[in-house]
Amino acid sequence: MADREERRFAEVSRESVRLMAEGAGVELGDDVAALLAEDVCYRLREATQSSSQFMRHAKRRKLTVEDFNRALRWSNVEAICGYGAQDALPFRSVKEGELFFVEDRDVNLVELALATNIPKGCAETMVRVNVSYLDGKGNLEPQGTVPTAVQSLSDDLLKYYQQITRAILGEDPHLMKVALLDLQSNSKIAALLPYFVYVISGVKSVSHDLEQLNRLMHMVKSLVQNPYLYLGSYVRSLVSSVMYCILEPLAASINPLNDHWTLRDYAALLLSHIFWTHGDLVSGLYHQILLSLQKVLSDPVRPLCSHYGAVVGLHALGWKAVERVLFPHLPAYWANLQAVLDDYSVSNAQVKADGHKVYGAILVAVERLLKMKALSLSQSAEGQSGAHPGSVVGAVSYRVNSPGLSPPPEPLSEAALGIASHLQVGGAGCHWEEWTPVPLPAMYCELYSFFGDSLAVRFSTGTGFGTHSPCTPSQLGDSRKEPPGPASNLDTTRKMPQLTANLNISPRQDGSPRTDPPPPTTRGAPRSAGLSREVFPKARFTSPQTTPPAFSFLIGGRQMGQRCQGRRPFQTMFATTPPVSAIPPRTYAHKLPVIGRVGKPVRRWTCSHYSLHLPL
Amino acid sequence: MIALTGKNQSYVLVLYGLCFPLIHVAHAQFILKMAAVQGGMGDADIKTDIKTEPSADGFGNNNANDGRVLSASPGSSSSTGSNKQTAAVTPEDQQTLLAVLQFLKKNKLSESVEILRREPGSDTNSDQPDVSVVLSAYSQQGDPTLYKVYYRDLKKFIETVLDCHRAELSQVFYPLFVHMYLELVYNNHESEAKAFFEKFSGDQECYYEEDLRILSGLTKKEHMRGNETLLDFRTSKFVLRISRDSYQLLKRHLQERQNNQIWNIIQEHLYIDIFDGMPRSKSQIDAMSGSLAGEAKREANKTKVYYGLLKEPEIELPLDDEDEEAENEEGKPKKKKPKKDSVGSKSKKQDPNAPSQNRIPLPELKDSDKLDKIMYMKEATKRIRLGPDNLPSVCFYTFLNAYQGLTAVDLTDDSSLIAGGFADSTVRVWSVTPKKLRKVKSAADLNLIDKESDDVLERIMDEKTASESKIMYGHSGPVYGISFSPDRNYLLSSSEDGTVRLWSLLTFTCLVAYKGHNYPVWDTQFSPYGYYFVSGGHDRVARLWATDHYQPLRIFSGHLADITCTRFHPNSNYVATGSSDRTIRLWDVLSGNCVRIFTGHKGPIHSLAFSPNGKFLASGATDGRVLLWDIGHGLMVGELKGHTDTIYSLRFSRDGEILASGSMDNTVRLWDAMKAFDDLETDDFTAATGHIHLQDNSQELLLGTYTTKSTPVIHLHFTRRNLLLAAGVSQL
Repeated sequence: MADREERRFAEVSRESVRLMAEGAGVELGDDVAALLAEDVCYRLREATQSSSQFMRHAKRRKLTVEDFNRALRWSNVEAICGYGAQDALPFRSVKEGELFFVEDRDVNLVELALATNIPKGCAETMVRVNVSYLDGKGNLEPQGTVPTAVQSLSDDLLKYYQQITRAILGEDPHLMKVALLDLQSNSKIAALLPYFVYVISGVKSVSHDLEQLNRLMHMVKSLVQNPYLYLGSYVRSLVSSVMYCILEPLAASINPLNDHWTLRDYAALLLSHIFWTHGDLVSGLYHQILLSLQKVLSDPVRPLCSHYGAVVGLHALGWKAVERVLFPHLPAYWANLQAVLDDYSVSNAQVKADGHKVYGAILVAVERLLKMKALSLSQSAEGQSGAHPGSVVGAVSYRVNSPGLSPPPEPLSEAALGIASHLQVGGAGCHWEEWTPVPLPAMYCELYSFFGDSLAVRFSTGTGFGTHSPCTPSQLGDSRKEPPGPASNLDTTRKMPQLTANLNISPRQDGSPRTDPPPPTTRGAPRSAGLSREVFPKARFTSPQTTPPAFSFLIGGRQMGQRCQGRRPFQTMFATTPPVSAIPPRTYAHKLPVIGRVGKPVRRWTCSHYSLHLPL
Repeated sequence: MIALTGKNQSYVLVLYGLCFPLIHVAHAQFILKMAAVQGGMGDADIKTDIKTEPSADGFGNNNANDGRVLSASPGSSSSTGSNKQTAAVTPEDQQTLLAVLQFLKKNKLSESVEILRREPGSDTNSDQPDVSVVLSAYSQQGDPTLYKVYYRDLKKFIETVLDCHRAELSQVFYPLFVHMYLELVYNNHESEAKAFFEKFSGDQECYYEEDLRILSGLTKKEHMRGNETLLDFRTSKFVLRISRDSYQLLKRHLQERQNNQIWNIIQEHLYIDIFDGMPRSKSQIDAMSGSLAGEAKREANKTKVYYGLLKEPEIELPLDDEDEEAENEEGKPKKKKPKKDSVGSKSKKQDPNAPSQNRIPLPELKDSDKLDKIMYMKEATKRIRLGPDNLPSVCFYTFLNAYQGLTAVDLTDDSSLIAGGFADSTVRVWSVTPKKLRKVKSAADLNLIDKESDDVLERIMDEKTASESKIMYGHSGPVYGISFSPDRNYLLSSSEDGTVRLWSLLTFTCLVAYKGHNYPVWDTQFSPYGYYFVSGGHDRVARLWATDHYQPLRIFSGHLADITCTRFHPNSNYVATGSSDRTIRLWDVLSGNCVRIFTGHKGPIHSLAFSPNGKFLASGATDGRVLLWDIGHGLMVGELKGHTDTIYSLRFSRDGEILASGSMDNTVRLWDAMKAFDDLETDDFTAATGHIHLQDNSQELLLGTYTTKSTPVIHLHFTRRNLLLAAGVSQL
């Protein structure tokens, strides 16, 4: 009973009472002290109770000394002076005496009086009005809005949450970097994950603000990269936020000066990154993503920027996705695109420029597709003759390992099973169940009919494929080190250097996320120790590659294909820096993000340290 | 007499008990009983009661139904009964009982011994201690240890009754618990009181937690003296509403058990409002309970309330000078225009529920008031019609650098001025429009101006004093309540220093300090027609004042704890007060009587709002719930759950379609008031009994939740065009 009482209230012990009495020069008997102690406790409780109403009426949450003094004054007790400080007073103890006291430093009045730096008065109290919600919709400044549930978090976490969100969404780019870095590596923020996900889901309300969208995407990346976070089902929410940035006709896209293309590219890469690293957390995610991308692509009502998003999204998901979704849709889509590109009216200029973006994106995607498909064929052929079973993945399973990587140690059967199960999960009712792979020559022919000579990849269509492969794995492996490698490799077979795209950072080639190894090279460093995701039996590889990968996307020359329209060269380049090294952000040659538009200044965020570095 | 019959019944029980298994004991018991009777009271009318009671109370029925209880009753009634009559306890009784026990043992009548032992506590597990408790009860006067037994006994009984009665009877627990505890404390049985508290405090409803905390701190008689809350609890009667059937059940049980201790408490400290009909369900009871003194008696809410609005005086809308009016929009008119005084044409029909126009004397309209009315009507035509599909825009007035602590905010009806009361005793007024605040010129300067000129009202203002805000000093404590007069010439502020001050907004000086409360004044508000104002504070009374009287015109007394908020009814004939005793009372300004008591909140009430049509009242409390009340029927008609912290502000939109609530949890929530009130079925039965069944539809009624940036919302206001204004201090 006594214990319970103690838990309910703080108590003043009789020893304390006796000590205080001694301090005042009075000797107290034991029973008197006990009685007094009890009474003191009661009076304290009473005063606290009545002081709380002063707090409530002052509409505060924090009980102040002032409140307590008021309660004392109204019960005819002298107020206690000298404790009016706003901050908490440090309460210290002396070891020997079991005494606690409030530290009370001497104030040097002379120094204070002669001080020259007289503090200025506080700023004037004033009232400022702002429109918070128009027509009941919160359309202004969503940053800083804290979901009410956050209040239930511990103070530290809450503070962390507020600081981080404020830093990331705030004005200071340096602060943002620090915050993102911390978000990437902090091991104690699991409890905050839902709130961060909630904040990120706010993309829909800031679609007018590219800057904020970018910041949110960076936040996604940091969260995804944090090795201590188990994203679980939040992956779905993150993916949908990212997909929003990829696919939606953002309000920011209305103004052609806004470089939403880069955002879409970035988000697409992010999507593939999430998918490859965390795709196994949600079953059927791959097919859901593909389905929604396909839906957008096949919807002619959607603006071109949405289509662009779908294409880059597919491209980022790997050549398999391109083969499955983009390639079959191409004939239908081509008609629409061509109509746009052939319209030379002034009013169409903007749309046409967008059309070129889409065109470029498709081109890049299909070139990758062709290259990888050829590669896979050659590899499977090699594998059949070769001796290591590990490196071989049958063409039947469409599983191709990237040539730069050493083969996964998993048994072949498991890999095949992984794919099969994956297909089953998403396959129910999906119409691409009946999809049959188009043989490479046929595909090439078809693509050639669309793009003509602007296709950078060349095959001699006449010869049989079984005997000839355009490039060997080793060649590719070498070429990887110098970005324009493959292009130069193929120069021999190419007749006209035209629109070249070289995307040697494209995401992992294909395979099921469950069995495919996570990115081992650069990501190996930040996610090295104590990885929470290590619990998943995944193979890790060391890569022969040591230099930071660079991703260049170069489209140059004049396009002489079916369209035959002159195109100014443009180039998009991403260089990725290793996340841990403190290399200052490179200044990028990032020009002409929009075809036909010159000298658009580089958006600040693209220069930041945080452009996505893709694992290789 | 009721108490008497209660005791008598136990004797009846004894007599019945004789026929039951304890044949051997019977004789001894009878002797024992008679001794008790003789010691206790005169036995002349007992005999007659013995004959009449059983049939009168349907006792025989119960007898048949509940054999177990009955068979167990003789012993128990003997012990409890005798112990209760403390005066009657004699050594003889004790000896008799001991003798009986010994006799039984000697004769190896172990079964009877068991039965006899089992009785006192009806606790079969620990026979031995219980017997000793019973025995010691004879020696000690009013053994406090028995309180536990009584309470447990009752608890057991209530737990075993039919479900439909259990909820109703469970209401008895809390007041009984408190009173028994207080009695123990009062009689200096500290350790027993603590033990009693420990044992049963966990059983109480969670919404009494706050009271229990106060209670648990109180363990000495001396402490009770100063604790007003608990004194009130002791002196006032806790009101329970119980259906007749349930009440009969309880009464019968207590009488059977001779549980006079509990019965006495029920008689003395509880008011049981018995109604005929179906017992209420747990949710119905929970909706209405929670206040410091139980529910309101049904009669308390029977008085007729004239909740209708007063007829507006008809003012011709001058259509010709539209532009000129627009110029005068903010503030005083440049020219006084001779307005046609269109008095009292009876074209509009009088609302049957409205009080007569002169029920209380109201100030006559001045010219400037009429101008304002015209402005109001013009604005009203531009008003946005709100609804679930058309939510209002929200503007937030953030007080910056309010390091001293903002404690109260008010906006004028036309939203042109905003005033803040601060913890540093200051009152500050800001102009929200571009028009600056100006003082009137000094007396010397006023002599110089041409008093015949048309724009004299403009000329009296001193341009040199124009500023965006004015500070008014005068209080000596935090300003907890603030209110503009409807004509925007005055401002009221109530403070911790016990005064209410009236400030002039022409000179920005204090005109009057109304003293009377002597304790902190938590809230004050002007009547919608001006002149009158109401204030309420820590002294538990609300006062009605007129600005030209230094003493209150009415004192509304009845709350059991601080009055935390006060509101005038739109027709100015009634005043609503919310209190820390978790009730809301409606007072008639004319008679000073309390005409409505609303219970149901589980925490101190901090905000009130009348619907514009005067029919409904909304209240918000620290429990984060908004309750809606039908004033005419005196019923709770809705419960809006959603907020997670104290609701400090409530406001209906101008047409009453939407209720906005602002809370400490940094949100403003909008509720579909139309739907909440339309869905009511106020048939005669619910109106008569007051047992409304609330459906839990908060989520349907919630139209929107708007979060602020870490800023508690302490004031809400709808402009005349239905733009929602909110105010608060950022906590960042």
